Amino acid sequence: MVRRHRLTTRLWHWLNALLLYILFTSGLGIFNAHPRLYWGQYGANFDHAWLELDRFPGWITLPALYNLALSRHWHLTAAPIFAVALLFYMLWSLADGHIARDLAFRRGELAPRHVWQDIRDHARLRFPTGAAALRYNVLQKASYIAVIFIALPLLILTGLTMSPGMNAAWPWLVDLFGGRQSARSIHFLTAFALVAFFLVHMLMVLLAGPVNEIGSMITGRYRLPKDRP
Amino acid sequence: MILTRRTLLLGATATLAGCDRIARQPLARDILFSADNFHSWAQRKIMARDALTQEFRPDQISPFFRANGTANPNTPAYKALWRSGFADWRLRIDGLVARPLSLSLSQLHALPHREQITRHDCVEGWSAIGKWRGVPLKLLLDGAGLRDRARYIVFHCADDMGGGTAYYESIDLIDAFHPQTILAFALNDRPLSVANGAPLRLRVERQLGYKQAKYLMRIEAVESLLSIGRGKGGFWEDRANYDWYAGI
Repeated sequence: MVRRHRLTTRLWHWLNALLLYILFTSGLGIFNAHPRLYWGQYGANFDHAWLELDRFPGWITLPALYNLALSRHWHLTAAPIFAVALLFYMLWSLADGHIARDLAFRRGELAPRHVWQDIRDHARLRFPTGAAALRYNVLQKASYIAVIFIALPLLILTGLTMSPGMNAAWPWLVDLFGGRQSARSIHFLTAFALVAFFLVHMLMVLLAGPVNEIGSMITGRYRLPKDRP
Repeated sequence: MILTRRTLLLGATATLAGCDRIARQPLARDILFSADNFHSWAQRKIMARDALTQEFRPDQISPFFRANGTANPNTPAYKALWRSGFADWRLRIDGLVARPLSLSLSQLHALPHREQITRHDCVEGWSAIGKWRGVPLKLLLDGAGLRDRARYIVFHCADDMGGGTAYYESIDLIDAFHPQTILAFALNDRPLSVANGAPLRLRVERQLGYKQAKYLMRIEAVESLLSIGRGKGGFWEDRANYDWYAGI
């Protein structure tokens, strides 16, 4: 048994799991009020929508029965907690060296040969053993960096862009995303990209040994996989 | 342990049903329903009192400005006003004011105007851009002379959404005196259509669509919102627990 995940990582991981679950399901409830997406500054009925869906079913929306006000209350209560937790985690991980030590790419890691080897190992489900299992590989690092530093901030910023009050406070946000309706589309796409990450993440946990993996994310202690004979 | 689609579905449903149960607990409701207090506090801290919302170019105006909510109040009183071309319509301004006013549409037309091309954001998620012309609310409030006790401005409307209680909305004095808060009588250079709120509607541009009360009849200055309607400050706030602060 070795120490693997720090307390901050574990706390943030599980808080995030809960908050993103609430945010995603209540977000679908909000989306159901107008299940169409547009690009640009405006978009309403009779304007061209690039995506038009039926309502998401009640088993995946919060609340289960359509209630825009309540979905918004869930979403807007969870969102600031989520944003503050992310900021805190980013600063803490920068300060205590977690990012530099565990997430930053090492020299040679981004070489095409190395990346290609990593992809092949992943595809063949050859997971590292022994002490090597403690290090994140290139694909893991890339996806964790993309989630922490791109996807999650993007969700927060595009969410703020949809607020008419924030448009007056920070007009550059609307310009950054090319309009409120573009921001709404990016918010939606990023949320589903995050669901895709979640599914792959779950698959990897199941394949790599769910008890050891989930246990280490709860207790911080990890049993090193034995070297292959 | 392999998770099947079925267990995932059951798990999701059970957790969400748990969330639905939580949302019925009084304490959880208090927390959930106070989020708009946090957001209004945070936004007011970030933005200047008179920070302007974006205004757009004429070529960015939506080809069609969608109307939502009531498309026509359809009451005998409103129909009579409409038939006379709103010649008999009066806007009353009363409550905690020194000089109650009663203004005709032509009197409003004679006052200084403001023109603004702004984006209307519905709480449902869609947006439309239109050019509004109207009288800054500040001019009328200054004319009527707000009393010191006045804290909120309430807008009483001619429509009742078919439910018997009249539509109303309210804003605080920061938004009431904001330069872009106008009483609009024209949209895209034409008199306001019935669907868009004829003869006069509120534009309070830093908030969502349901604050933009249509078919204005009376403006009242009050100290507290508790005795109006069901006390939450607006029709949808009372009826469906919408946030009173609609800046997010």
